[in-house]
Amino acid sequence: MPSWPGFVEPEPTPQQVIAGLHATGEGGVDLVQVLTPEGVRIAEPRFDKYLGDVDVPRLQSLYRDMVLVRRFDREANSLQRQGQLGIWVPLLGQEAAQIGAGRALTPRDMAFPSYREHGVAWCRGIDPTELLGIFRGTDHGSWDPAATGFHLYTIVIGNQCLNATGYAMGQRFDGKVGGSADGSESGEATICFFGDGATSQGDVHESFVWSAVYDAPVVFFCQNNQWAISEPLERQTRVPLYRRAQGYGFPGIRVDGNDVLATLAVTRWALEECRTGNGPVLIEAFTYRMDAHTTSDDPSRYRLADELELWKLKDPIERVRVNLVREHELGQDFFDEVAAESDALAARFREYCTNMPEPGPERMFSEVYAESSPVLDAQRDAFLAYHASFEGTS
Amino acid sequence: MSPITMAKALNNGLRAAMERDPKVLVMGEDVGKLGGVFRITDGLQKDFGEERVLDTPLAESGIIGTAIGLAIRGYRPVCEIQFDGFVFPGFDQIVSQLAKLRYRSQGRVPMPVVVRIPFGGGIGAVEHHSESPESLFAHVAGLRVVACGNPVDAYWMIQQAIESDDPVIFFEPKRRYWEKAELDLDVPPPPLFSSRVLREGSAVTLACYGPMVRTCLDAAEAAHADGTELEVIDLRTLSPLDMGPVYESVRRTGRLVVVSEAPSEVSVAAEVAAKVQQDCFYSLEAPVLRVTGFDTPYPPSKCEDDFLPDLDRVLDGVDRSLAW
Repeated sequence: MPSWPGFVEPEPTPQQVIAGLHATGEGGVDLVQVLTPEGVRIAEPRFDKYLGDVDVPRLQSLYRDMVLVRRFDREANSLQRQGQLGIWVPLLGQEAAQIGAGRALTPRDMAFPSYREHGVAWCRGIDPTELLGIFRGTDHGSWDPAATGFHLYTIVIGNQCLNATGYAMGQRFDGKVGGSADGSESGEATICFFGDGATSQGDVHESFVWSAVYDAPVVFFCQNNQWAISEPLERQTRVPLYRRAQGYGFPGIRVDGNDVLATLAVTRWALEECRTGNGPVLIEAFTYRMDAHTTSDDPSRYRLADELELWKLKDPIERVRVNLVREHELGQDFFDEVAAESDALAARFREYCTNMPEPGPERMFSEVYAESSPVLDAQRDAFLAYHASFEGTS
Repeated sequence: MSPITMAKALNNGLRAAMERDPKVLVMGEDVGKLGGVFRITDGLQKDFGEERVLDTPLAESGIIGTAIGLAIRGYRPVCEIQFDGFVFPGFDQIVSQLAKLRYRSQGRVPMPVVVRIPFGGGIGAVEHHSESPESLFAHVAGLRVVACGNPVDAYWMIQQAIESDDPVIFFEPKRRYWEKAELDLDVPPPPLFSSRVLREGSAVTLACYGPMVRTCLDAAEAAHADGTELEVIDLRTLSPLDMGPVYESVRRTGRLVVVSEAPSEVSVAAEVAAKVQQDCFYSLEAPVLRVTGFDTPYPPSKCEDDFLPDLDRVLDGVDRSLAW
């Protein structure tokens, strides 16, 4: 090894680091973890204080969240296979990242999802059936973003990061950062969800710049699930993604995205930073997309099954179950109850899906503009007359 | 010779172009190992390597912008945009650089770049996967815009587009990817920037392109069964338009219906109508009609059968023209 004044011992090349971590599924030395894949709760000096309220019932509740979300996700996959949905975007494997982040939010916070955040939607009180319209093709998003604190799904990769930044700038301009002067109200924050692939998009880089220069209270929550359809992480970056934040002038942190407690703690910390005026913050939740990109995708064309087997050992739900049994001696009854509840949810979800009404022919003309458009009104009227001319003929 | 799909025809066309010219590159998201989400580039990376078939980072502005740089360096990049609705992050590079570099450099910097875009609806997809943005590109000076409508054209047009020294926005009708046709390599193709009469008829002329070619041919067949002969013209080139065959046809039929999935306002269809009323004014027996998608954002897929022109709506347009 050479040595001369100023010589810094080289780290492994960034590609080696990225590809190596990817291949082993290890998050590296900076990974924040409080619940090991084996279900052992370990001390985390920096973040344990954000888990002070997590007693056994609370941990059971997080377990229940993850099981129910996984259950309706699997049901949706089946519904797509049976022709009831045009497509589904599975979240399998990302339950802890989404429930941990989602449960860190308060009602005053605002979340901007991409299109896989069914678990965060669940935490925002959106019934899973409300997600179905997008994938069955009856609507482009049915919930009220303001009422739920959950923006509509954004499909174009990375677009929502700038939208989230603008929203967070508004929170700051409205004096909602730092809370009320009398201390009766804590501040507001925004959280923005995106994936490892999105980090290559200009919109994401621009949102880092904007949020930094405007001190926007936004938590960038990147679920690094290792794959952007067929492209592995090393196709998007030379450095671990959380380290990118440093270059933009704000903190970045990597958390075990399959550890619901670590994700909850780190997201609570990040939101608190934002609420008190120290935003933005980047969180990289290191996780794995255990299923296909969408139901239209075939991962066997580009990745080895071994990799999935490796990640199954890090399953986000199983480690909580093991912890509840081993460290808290929880009996089988609880798990049976959650399983029964999840089956009931899946049955209701399926029932709702197969009975969704078709949108009428006038639906596509509504809400294009705030005020009526003479051009569109004429097109609509002509089409409805044309449509009516078929009545009774088929 | 067995029939091949449009997807395979495009794949074969790309392969032929890459074999002919080592400067031809393919680049885009998932085009390598996966072979593209529609498998148009299937097997190309395996055979030509990772430096001729590039799985790019997920950034459309990056794809177009670096393709421009590669073209300046002497390469002929063929970019794949995964879906029509994802092209817009790259729109800036297309409009500001790709379209204008030849002009700005007084011809010193040609831009032999092809941007392939699967377009149109009818596949039951979610938002941003079914759009028809061709008029946006046709409006930009410096770009050439074409759309293939069948496997034979797909095979030849992609190669001709790659050979063009101008940037070509190449639209592929994604819902027709799996329709088949016989491809006879001994039949030479017409020039890229030419429209073609696909079916002759005397009553009404239908002008169409891309996914609507099949719809219009089906409509003509149905009309034939009812004793009405429709002439079907595949425009193929949207910028520049090749109006000669359209004028010749309209002067015989006196009637024209322009059909597109794209909305009608300020569109390619509108330009065709304007040109025909100007150059065929005394031949027209009826105003030029348009049968198109509506001027709404692309609707949820359960509404797309209403949104997209189908055989019935085309024939309704024909009836209105004949009844004028």
